[in-house]
Amino acid sequence: MIATVIRKELLMFFISPLAWILLAVIQFVLTWFLLVRLDAFLEIQPQMLQIANPPGVTELIVSPVFALAAIILLMMTPILSMRLIAEERRNHTLDFLIAAPVSITAIVLGKFFALMIFFTITIFLIALLSLSLLLGGILDMGLIASNLLGLLLLAACFSALGLFFSSLTTQPAIAAIASLGALLGFWMIDLAVSETEGWLHYFSLLKYFRYFNQGLIDSLGISYFMLFTIAFLTLTVRRIEGERLHG
Amino acid sequence: MLGTATGITLLAQDLCREYGHYTVVDHVNLQLQRGEVLGLLGPNGAGKSTTMRMLTGILAPSKGSVQICGVDLLEEPIAAKAYLGFLPEIPPLYPDLTVDEYLRLAARLHCVPEQAVSEALTNVKQRCGLSDCGRRLISTLSKGFQQRVGLAQAIIHNPAVIILDEPSVGLDPNQMREIRQLIRELGKSSSVILSTHLLSEVESICDRVQIMHKGQVVLNQNISELQRRGVHLESIFTQLTQ
Repeated sequence: MIATVIRKELLMFFISPLAWILLAVIQFVLTWFLLVRLDAFLEIQPQMLQIANPPGVTELIVSPVFALAAIILLMMTPILSMRLIAEERRNHTLDFLIAAPVSITAIVLGKFFALMIFFTITIFLIALLSLSLLLGGILDMGLIASNLLGLLLLAACFSALGLFFSSLTTQPAIAAIASLGALLGFWMIDLAVSETEGWLHYFSLLKYFRYFNQGLIDSLGISYFMLFTIAFLTLTVRRIEGERLHG
Repeated sequence: MLGTATGITLLAQDLCREYGHYTVVDHVNLQLQRGEVLGLLGPNGAGKSTTMRMLTGILAPSKGSVQICGVDLLEEPIAAKAYLGFLPEIPPLYPDLTVDEYLRLAARLHCVPEQAVSEALTNVKQRCGLSDCGRRLISTLSKGFQQRVGLAQAIIHNPAVIILDEPSVGLDPNQMREIRQLIRELGKSSSVILSTHLLSEVESICDRVQIMHKGQVVLNQNISELQRRGVHLESIFTQLTQ
């Protein structure tokens, strides 16, 4: 049953131009950025030969591309997730799904996995972009793998949060703005506290993603991302269930 | 199965629904036989739509139970909902999909096996008079055709119980006649509940009528019985709901 919902959501994504435009814009911006970094790298390359153990291409070009990709995903997720539940509610089609023999968990998971498939395509394109550097040299595949994993986990967090905010309202625009605000909050939370003390920075998505970005696959980070995703998916299911009981 | 053995497809007992201190549906009992068309009448705000939403599992009742073909809707919602087809007051359509895409989705959601989907689709389009507009976008269809698509999604999986909330709203007289014809046909093999404001509609297609007022059922009578006694539905309706 989840497969039916995933299929439906993907169909709805790709019949609207939005998904295609997003894919194209992301690819364009990241390619531009990659070329800029490449240019800068070629300029400083002669000087770097003089230091012992200089940073490689992957560290100087690919890591920054992934860091930028994370920010772009953060801004893009609300645009994709806002419609998923809010618009169904506004079009009265949420009742259509709930009256069908499908559990609410399956509906929410179906929508979540559809988003994740879309992001997997996006991330796959980013991976291809980085691998294009293989034409001119060798890359640190471990670092790329860690970045890919980090970005995928991050996308799962963003999707789950976006889905939750979409379930709170009937207005897609409100869902988008609220989830963007919340995501930025979770992203920058550690700027508010000093690095050494304060428990707040354990909640920062940026802090954990930075480890992945540097090539460190951190089990605390993986657990946090997964807990974050599961928590918001559960909240979404509870919210729709609650509407059935009290609304 | 219990339901099929006794011929009772839908059984709702003591349904109640409260919003805060406000009771919208108050101890409503409903019973439906196979092959019966029940008309649910009542003034606006009488609780008809709320009752129907509870029967389809969209709303949970505050009290009471619903059984569909012998399966308890609250305990086994997935199994029970498989016997149901529901057309809400506003047809639940995706304007960006074509009629075919949408009906295929409805069939899959209602567990029609993959190899039977195409056949079900052709069949339902023919029944609802949609054969020519399979490739059209739902957003480009007129209100009457959208209503037909809504009806098609409710019956594509041949449900035992069909619940229609004001199915003839916004239709022209010809379309209304066609839809009534269709409902009568559906009533032969399944049980149908429909809510409406048109008393003539009830008289022409329903076997039984229930009138709701302020959340309670105030009349439950066979149409033939009413006709035998020579009572007009309109006069009873005014009498009971004013």
